[in-house]
Amino acid sequence: MSTQAPPAPTCEVHNPTEQWLRMDRIPHIWCPGCGIGSSVNCFTDALEKSKIPRDNVSIVSGIGCTGRTAGYLKLDSFHTTHGRPIAFATGLKLANPKLKVVVYSGDGDLFAIGGNHFIHAARRNMDMTVICVNNMTYGMTGGQVTPTTPLTAKATTSPYGNFEEPFNLPYLAESCGAVYVARWTSFHVRQLSKSIREALLKPGFTFIEVVAPCPTLYARRNRLGAGIDAMKYYREQSEIKNGAPTRDVALGFQSKIICGKFVDTSRPTWLEAQVQQHRAVLGDKFTLAENWEGVGEPRED
Amino acid sequence: MSQVEKAKPKIRGEVIVDRERCKGCYFCVEFCPTDVLAMSEDFNLKGYHFPEIIAADRCTGCGLCGAYCPDFAIFGHRI
Repeated sequence: MSTQAPPAPTCEVHNPTEQWLRMDRIPHIWCPGCGIGSSVNCFTDALEKSKIPRDNVSIVSGIGCTGRTAGYLKLDSFHTTHGRPIAFATGLKLANPKLKVVVYSGDGDLFAIGGNHFIHAARRNMDMTVICVNNMTYGMTGGQVTPTTPLTAKATTSPYGNFEEPFNLPYLAESCGAVYVARWTSFHVRQLSKSIREALLKPGFTFIEVVAPCPTLYARRNRLGAGIDAMKYYREQSEIKNGAPTRDVALGFQSKIICGKFVDTSRPTWLEAQVQQHRAVLGDKFTLAENWEGVGEPRED
Repeated sequence: MSQVEKAKPKIRGEVIVDRERCKGCYFCVEFCPTDVLAMSEDFNLKGYHFPEIIAADRCTGCGLCGAYCPDFAIFGHRI
Protein backbone atom coordinates (compact mmCIF):
# COMPACT_ATOMS: atom_id res chain seq x y z
CA MET A 1 0.00 0.00 0.00
CA SER A 2 1.34 3.42 -0.90
CA THR A 3 2.35 5.92 1.73
CA GLN A 4 0.45 8.72 0.03
CA ALA A 5 -2.72 10.25 1.39
CA PRO A 6 -5.96 9.05 -0.23
CA PRO A 7 -6.93 10.91 -3.43
CA ALA A 8 -8.84 14.15 -3.00
CA PRO A 9 -12.61 13.71 -3.29
CA THR A 10 -14.07 14.66 -6.64
CA CYS A 11 -17.23 16.24 -5.21
CA GLU A 12 -17.17 18.87 -2.49
CA VAL A 13 -17.84 16.70 0.54
CA HIS A 14 -17.58 12.97 1.02
CA ASN A 15 -18.66 10.56 3.68
CA PRO A 16 -15.78 10.67 6.20
CA THR A 17 -15.73 6.87 6.36
CA GLU A 18 -15.22 6.47 2.61
CA GLN A 19 -11.52 7.35 2.72
CA TRP A 20 -10.99 4.25 4.89
CA LEU A 21 -12.99 1.89 2.68
CA ARG A 22 -12.19 -0.02 -0.49
CA MET A 23 -15.01 1.63 -2.36
CA ASP A 24 -14.88 -0.89 -5.21
CA ARG A 25 -16.19 -3.49 -2.72
CA ILE A 26 -19.11 -1.35 -1.49
CA PRO A 27 -22.07 -2.03 -1.16
CA HIS A 28 -21.13 -4.66 1.38
CA ILE A 29 -22.91 -7.96 2.02
CA TRP A 30 -24.17 -7.14 5.53
CA CYS A 31 -27.95 -7.36 5.94
CA PRO A 32 -30.20 -4.32 6.43
CA GLY A 33 -30.17 -3.45 10.14
CA CYS A 34 -26.90 -5.24 10.90
CA GLY A 35 -24.76 -3.49 13.51
CA ILE A 36 -21.35 -4.34 12.06
CA GLY A 37 -21.37 -1.32 9.71
CA SER A 38 -22.00 1.04 12.63
CA SER A 39 -19.01 -0.43 14.48
CA VAL A 40 -16.86 0.07 11.37
CA ASN A 41 -17.85 3.76 11.39
CA CYS A 42 -16.69 3.97 15.01
CA PHE A 43 -13.44 2.16 14.22
CA THR A 44 -12.53 4.45 11.30
CA ASP A 45 -13.44 7.52 13.36
CA ALA A 46 -11.24 6.29 16.22
CA LEU A 47 -8.38 5.52 13.83
CA GLU A 48 -8.56 8.99 12.36
CA LYS A 49 -8.63 10.67 15.77
CA SER A 50 -5.83 8.49 17.15
CA LYS A 51 -3.49 9.98 14.48
CA ILE A 52 -1.75 6.63 14.02
CA PRO A 53 -0.21 6.68 10.50
CA ARG A 54 -2.26 4.58 8.10
CA ASP A 55 0.75 2.52 7.05
CA ASN A 56 1.42 1.45 10.63
CA VAL A 57 -2.00 -0.12 11.12
CA SER A 58 -2.88 -3.60 9.99
CA ILE A 59 -6.19 -5.32 10.49
CA VAL A 60 -6.72 -9.06 10.74
CA SER A 61 -10.07 -10.81 10.58
CA GLY A 62 -11.23 -14.38 10.75
CA ILE A 63 -14.20 -15.97 9.05
CA GLY A 64 -17.77 -14.77 9.48
CA CYS A 65 -19.88 -11.72 8.86
CA THR A 66 -17.55 -9.54 10.94
CA GLY A 67 -14.59 -11.20 9.27
CA ARG A 68 -15.52 -9.36 6.08
CA THR A 69 -14.32 -6.13 7.71
CA ALA A 70 -10.67 -6.73 6.79
CA GLY A 71 -11.71 -6.91 3.16
CA TYR A 72 -13.68 -3.69 3.23
CA LEU A 73 -11.15 -1.48 5.03
CA LYS A 74 -8.45 0.24 3.00
CA LEU A 75 -5.64 -0.78 5.34
CA ASP A 76 -3.04 -3.52 5.27
CA SER A 77 -5.35 -6.39 6.04
CA PHE A 78 -5.54 -10.15 6.12
CA HIS A 79 -8.52 -12.48 6.12
CA THR A 80 -7.30 -15.58 7.94
CA THR A 81 -8.67 -19.08 8.29
CA HIS A 82 -11.46 -19.67 10.78
CA GLY A 83 -10.53 -18.78 14.35
CA ARG A 84 -6.91 -17.87 13.66
CA PRO A 85 -6.82 -14.05 13.44
CA ILE A 86 -5.11 -13.73 16.84
CA ALA A 87 -2.51 -16.35 15.94
CA PHE A 88 -1.76 -14.54 12.69
CA ALA A 89 -1.75 -11.14 14.41
CA THR A 90 0.75 -12.42 17.00
CA GLY A 91 3.15 -13.39 14.25
CA LEU A 92 2.63 -10.07 12.52
CA LYS A 93 3.42 -8.18 15.70
CA LEU A 94 6.59 -10.19 16.43
CA ALA A 95 7.87 -9.80 12.88
CA ASN A 96 7.35 -6.04 12.96
CA PRO A 97 6.78 -4.62 16.46
CA LYS A 98 6.20 -1.13 15.04
CA LEU A 99 2.85 -2.21 13.61
CA LYS A 100 -0.41 -1.46 15.39
CA VAL A 101 -2.20 -4.76 14.96
CA VAL A 102 -5.99 -4.86 15.21
CA VAL A 103 -8.02 -8.05 15.27
CA TYR A 104 -11.59 -7.42 14.14
CA SER A 105 -13.77 -10.48 14.26
CA GLY A 106 -16.96 -12.04 15.50
CA ASP A 107 -17.88 -13.94 18.64
CA GLY A 108 -17.96 -17.37 17.03
CA ASP A 109 -14.61 -16.91 15.34
CA LEU A 110 -12.80 -15.48 18.38
CA PHE A 111 -14.33 -17.54 21.18
CA ALA A 112 -15.42 -20.87 19.72
CA ILE A 113 -12.95 -21.79 17.01
CA GLY A 114 -10.29 -19.33 18.18
CA GLY A 115 -10.89 -19.44 21.94
CA ASN A 116 -7.51 -21.04 22.61
CA HIS A 117 -5.65 -18.24 20.82
CA PHE A 118 -7.64 -15.58 22.63
CA ILE A 119 -6.87 -16.79 26.14
CA HIS A 120 -3.16 -17.21 25.42
CA ALA A 121 -2.74 -13.86 23.69
CA ALA A 122 -4.44 -12.21 26.69
CA ARG A 123 -2.28 -14.19 29.12
CA ARG A 124 0.89 -13.13 27.30
CA ASN A 125 -0.34 -9.53 27.04
CA MET A 126 0.47 -9.59 23.35
CA ASP A 127 0.38 -6.01 22.09
CA MET A 128 -2.80 -5.90 19.96
CA THR A 129 -6.34 -4.57 19.99
CA VAL A 130 -9.13 -7.13 19.70
CA ILE A 131 -12.57 -5.87 18.67
CA CYS A 132 -15.23 -8.56 18.94
CA VAL A 133 -18.58 -7.82 17.34
CA ASN A 134 -20.91 -10.04 19.36
CA ASN A 135 -24.16 -10.78 17.55
CA MET A 136 -24.74 -13.92 19.64
CA THR A 137 -25.00 -16.25 16.64
CA TYR A 138 -23.12 -17.61 13.63
CA GLY A 139 -24.53 -15.20 11.07
CA MET A 140 -22.79 -16.41 7.93
CA THR A 141 -23.42 -20.13 8.35
CA GLY A 142 -27.11 -19.98 9.22
CA GLY A 143 -27.66 -19.01 12.85
CA GLN A 144 -26.16 -21.80 14.97
CA VAL A 145 -25.48 -21.55 18.72
CA THR A 146 -22.22 -19.81 19.60
CA PRO A 147 -20.43 -19.68 22.98
CA THR A 148 -22.16 -16.34 23.58
CA THR A 149 -25.77 -17.25 22.71
CA PRO A 150 -27.75 -16.40 25.87
CA LEU A 151 -29.66 -19.08 27.80
CA THR A 152 -33.16 -19.86 26.44
CA ALA A 153 -32.50 -18.07 23.12
CA LYS A 154 -33.56 -20.03 20.05
CA ALA A 155 -31.09 -20.81 17.28
CA THR A 156 -30.95 -23.18 14.33
CA THR A 157 -29.20 -25.81 16.46
CA SER A 158 -31.29 -25.13 19.57
CA PRO A 159 -34.92 -24.98 18.39
CA TYR A 160 -36.20 -25.50 21.95
CA GLY A 161 -33.98 -22.79 23.41
CA ASN A 162 -30.29 -22.74 24.26
CA PHE A 163 -29.36 -24.58 27.49
CA GLU A 164 -25.57 -24.02 27.42
CA GLU A 165 -24.17 -21.42 29.79
CA PRO A 166 -22.63 -18.69 27.61
CA PHE A 167 -19.30 -16.93 28.07
CA ASN A 168 -19.19 -13.61 29.88
CA LEU A 169 -16.66 -12.06 27.52
CA PRO A 170 -15.36 -9.14 29.64
CA TYR A 171 -14.90 -11.52 32.60
CA LEU A 172 -13.07 -14.01 30.41
CA ALA A 173 -10.80 -11.30 28.99
CA GLU A 174 -10.00 -9.83 32.41
CA SER A 175 -9.32 -13.17 34.05
CA CYS A 176 -6.99 -14.11 31.20
CA GLY A 177 -5.02 -10.91 31.70
CA ALA A 178 -6.24 -8.25 29.24
CA VAL A 179 -5.13 -4.76 30.30
CA TYR A 180 -8.12 -2.95 28.78
CA VAL A 181 -11.64 -4.37 28.68
CA ALA A 182 -14.76 -2.52 27.57
CA ARG A 183 -18.19 -3.37 26.29
CA TRP A 184 -20.49 -1.18 24.20
CA THR A 185 -23.40 -1.80 21.89
CA SER A 186 -23.75 -0.60 18.32
CA PHE A 187 -26.12 2.03 19.73
CA HIS A 188 -23.29 3.70 21.73
CA VAL A 189 -21.41 5.05 18.70
CA ARG A 190 -19.66 7.98 20.37
CA GLN A 191 -18.59 6.01 23.44
CA LEU A 192 -17.45 3.09 21.29
CA SER A 193 -15.37 5.37 19.11
CA LYS A 194 -13.66 6.90 22.16
CA SER A 195 -13.09 3.46 23.64
CA ILE A 196 -11.50 2.11 20.46
CA ARG A 197 -9.25 5.17 20.35
CA GLU A 198 -8.09 4.53 23.92
CA ALA A 199 -7.52 0.87 23.17
CA LEU A 200 -5.51 1.63 20.02
CA LEU A 201 -3.22 3.97 21.92
CA LYS A 202 -2.70 1.60 24.87
CA PRO A 203 0.17 -0.90 24.78
CA GLY A 204 -0.81 -4.46 25.60
CA PHE A 205 -3.77 -6.72 24.98
CA THR A 206 -6.88 -4.54 24.73
CA PHE A 207 -10.32 -6.03 24.24
CA ILE A 208 -13.61 -4.37 23.24
CA GLU A 209 -16.88 -6.24 22.93
CA VAL A 210 -19.48 -4.64 20.66
CA VAL A 211 -22.97 -6.05 21.12
CA ALA A 212 -24.65 -5.80 17.71
CA PRO A 213 -27.98 -6.91 16.29
CA CYS A 214 -28.35 -9.81 13.85
CA PRO A 215 -31.83 -9.16 12.44
CA THR A 216 -31.77 -11.93 9.86
CA LEU A 217 -30.97 -14.91 12.07
CA TYR A 218 -30.82 -14.26 15.81
CA ALA A 219 -33.64 -11.70 15.98
CA ARG A 220 -35.90 -13.48 13.48
CA ARG A 221 -35.62 -16.87 15.21
CA ASN A 222 -36.41 -15.23 18.55
CA ARG A 223 -39.17 -12.95 17.20
CA LEU A 224 -37.30 -9.81 18.24
CA GLY A 225 -38.11 -7.70 15.20
CA ALA A 226 -35.77 -5.81 12.90
CA GLY A 227 -32.39 -4.22 13.53
CA ILE A 228 -34.00 -0.97 14.63
CA ASP A 229 -35.94 -2.84 17.35
CA ALA A 230 -32.68 -4.24 18.70
CA MET A 231 -31.20 -0.75 18.68
CA LYS A 232 -34.21 0.58 20.63
CA TYR A 233 -33.74 -2.27 23.11
CA TYR A 234 -30.07 -1.27 23.52
CA ARG A 235 -31.13 2.32 24.12
CA GLU A 236 -33.68 1.39 26.76
CA GLN A 237 -32.03 -1.58 28.47
CA SER A 238 -28.36 -0.65 28.54
CA GLU A 239 -26.73 0.87 31.57
CA ILE A 240 -23.30 2.49 31.60
CA LYS A 241 -21.26 1.39 34.62
CA ASN A 242 -17.60 2.22 34.12
CA GLY A 243 -15.36 0.11 36.35
CA ALA A 244 -18.10 -2.42 37.14
CA PRO A 245 -16.77 -5.81 38.31
CA THR A 246 -16.70 -7.95 35.18
CA ARG A 247 -18.15 -11.02 36.94
CA ASP A 248 -21.44 -9.11 37.21
CA VAL A 249 -21.80 -8.11 33.56
CA ALA A 250 -22.99 -11.40 32.03
CA LEU A 251 -25.62 -11.09 29.31
CA GLY A 252 -28.93 -12.90 29.55
CA PHE A 253 -31.67 -13.22 26.95
CA GLN A 254 -33.04 -9.68 26.46
CA SER A 255 -31.59 -8.75 29.87
CA LYS A 256 -30.10 -5.46 30.92
CA ILE A 257 -26.79 -4.77 29.14
CA ILE A 258 -24.07 -3.35 31.38
CA CYS A 259 -21.77 -1.22 29.21
CA GLY A 260 -18.65 0.73 29.97
CA LYS A 261 -14.92 0.51 30.44
CA PHE A 262 -14.39 -2.23 33.00
CA VAL A 263 -10.61 -2.70 33.16
CA ASP A 264 -7.78 -0.26 32.44
CA THR A 265 -4.49 -1.42 33.97
CA SER A 266 -0.91 -1.77 32.86
CA ARG A 267 1.68 -4.55 32.82
CA PRO A 268 4.63 -5.43 30.56
CA THR A 269 3.71 -6.71 27.13
CA TRP A 270 5.09 -10.03 25.85
CA LEU A 271 7.79 -8.28 23.81
CA GLU A 272 8.87 -6.07 26.71
CA ALA A 273 8.93 -8.98 29.14
CA GLN A 274 10.99 -11.08 26.76
CA VAL A 275 13.57 -8.36 26.15
CA GLN A 276 13.80 -7.51 29.86
CA GLN A 277 14.21 -11.14 30.91
CA HIS A 278 16.84 -11.96 28.30
CA ARG A 279 18.72 -8.74 28.95
CA ALA A 280 18.78 -9.48 32.69
CA VAL A 281 20.04 -13.05 32.19
CA LEU A 282 22.35 -12.66 29.21
CA GLY A 283 23.72 -9.20 29.95
CA ASP A 284 26.19 -8.03 27.26
CA LYS A 285 25.65 -11.13 25.18
CA PHE A 286 22.05 -10.04 24.48
CA THR A 287 21.33 -8.43 21.11
CA LEU A 288 17.97 -7.17 19.96
CA ALA A 289 16.44 -8.82 16.93
CA GLU A 290 16.47 -6.87 13.70
CA ASN A 291 13.83 -4.08 13.59
CA TRP A 292 13.01 -4.52 17.31
CA GLU A 293 14.60 -1.15 18.18
CA GLY A 294 12.85 0.52 21.08
CA VAL A 295 11.28 -2.69 22.37
CA GLY A 296 11.73 -3.07 26.09
CA GLU A 297 12.50 0.60 26.71
CA PRO A 298 10.64 2.06 29.69
CA ARG A 299 7.36 3.68 28.65
CA GLU A 300 5.60 6.67 30.07
CA ASP A 301 2.36 5.21 31.46
CA MET B 1 -37.79 43.21 12.00
CA SER B 2 -35.07 42.09 14.34
CA GLN B 3 -37.50 39.60 15.91
CA VAL B 4 -38.21 38.05 12.54
CA GLU B 5 -34.50 37.62 11.93
CA LYS B 6 -34.08 35.99 15.31
CA ALA B 7 -36.94 33.58 14.69
CA LYS B 8 -35.39 32.39 11.45
CA PRO B 9 -33.08 29.54 12.43
CA LYS B 10 -29.50 29.70 11.33
CA ILE B 11 -28.55 26.77 9.11
CA ARG B 12 -25.72 24.99 10.86
CA GLY B 13 -25.40 21.64 9.18
CA GLU B 14 -26.19 19.61 6.11
CA VAL B 15 -27.14 15.97 5.54
CA ILE B 16 -26.15 14.17 2.38
CA VAL B 17 -27.90 10.90 1.44
CA ASP B 18 -26.68 8.38 -1.12
CA ARG B 19 -30.09 6.82 -1.70
CA GLU B 20 -28.87 3.93 -3.87
CA ARG B 21 -26.56 2.68 -1.14
CA CYS B 22 -29.30 2.76 1.53
CA LYS B 23 -30.83 -0.50 2.80
CA GLY B 24 -33.66 1.14 4.73
CA CYS B 25 -32.66 0.19 8.29
CA TYR B 26 -34.24 3.35 9.85
CA PHE B 27 -31.24 3.97 12.19
CA CYS B 28 -30.69 7.55 10.98
CA VAL B 29 -34.39 8.45 11.10
CA GLU B 30 -34.80 7.04 14.61
CA PHE B 31 -31.65 8.47 16.19
CA CYS B 32 -31.44 11.95 14.61
CA PRO B 33 -31.51 14.19 17.70
CA THR B 34 -33.35 17.00 15.90
CA ASP B 35 -35.69 14.89 13.71
CA VAL B 36 -34.37 16.14 10.40
CA LEU B 37 -35.08 12.90 8.55
CA ALA B 38 -38.13 10.81 7.65
CA MET B 39 -38.47 7.63 5.61
CA SER B 40 -39.47 8.31 2.03
CA GLU B 41 -42.46 6.56 0.46
CA ASP B 42 -40.36 6.00 -2.66
CA PHE B 43 -38.06 3.09 -3.32
CA ASN B 44 -34.49 3.03 -4.55
CA LEU B 45 -33.31 0.70 -7.32
CA LYS B 46 -32.89 -2.19 -4.90
CA GLY B 47 -36.42 -1.75 -3.52
CA TYR B 48 -35.62 -0.20 -0.15
CA HIS B 49 -37.14 2.95 1.29
CA PHE B 50 -34.51 5.62 1.87
CA PRO B 51 -34.42 8.63 4.23
CA GLU B 52 -35.45 12.04 3.00
CA ILE B 53 -34.78 15.40 4.58
CA ILE B 54 -37.95 16.96 5.97
CA ALA B 55 -36.47 19.83 7.98
CA ALA B 56 -33.04 20.82 6.66
CA ASP B 57 -33.03 23.94 8.85
CA ARG B 58 -33.05 21.83 12.02
CA CYS B 59 -29.81 20.00 11.17
CA THR B 60 -26.94 20.85 13.50
CA GLY B 61 -24.36 18.87 11.55
CA CYS B 62 -23.62 16.58 14.49
CA GLY B 63 -22.90 13.66 12.16
CA LEU B 64 -24.73 11.09 14.28
CA CYS B 65 -26.67 9.81 11.24
CA GLY B 66 -23.38 9.00 9.54
CA ALA B 67 -21.98 7.35 12.66
CA TYR B 68 -24.99 5.02 12.85
CA CYS B 69 -25.39 4.26 9.15
CA PRO B 70 -24.23 0.65 8.60
CA ASP B 71 -24.18 1.15 4.83
CA PHE B 72 -22.12 4.38 4.70
CA ALA B 73 -25.04 5.94 2.79
CA ILE B 74 -25.64 9.10 4.83
CA PHE B 75 -23.55 11.64 6.65
CA GLY B 76 -23.97 15.03 8.19
CA HIS B 77 -21.40 17.77 8.40
CA ARG B 78 -21.19 21.29 9.79
CA ILE B 79 -21.29 24.22 7.38
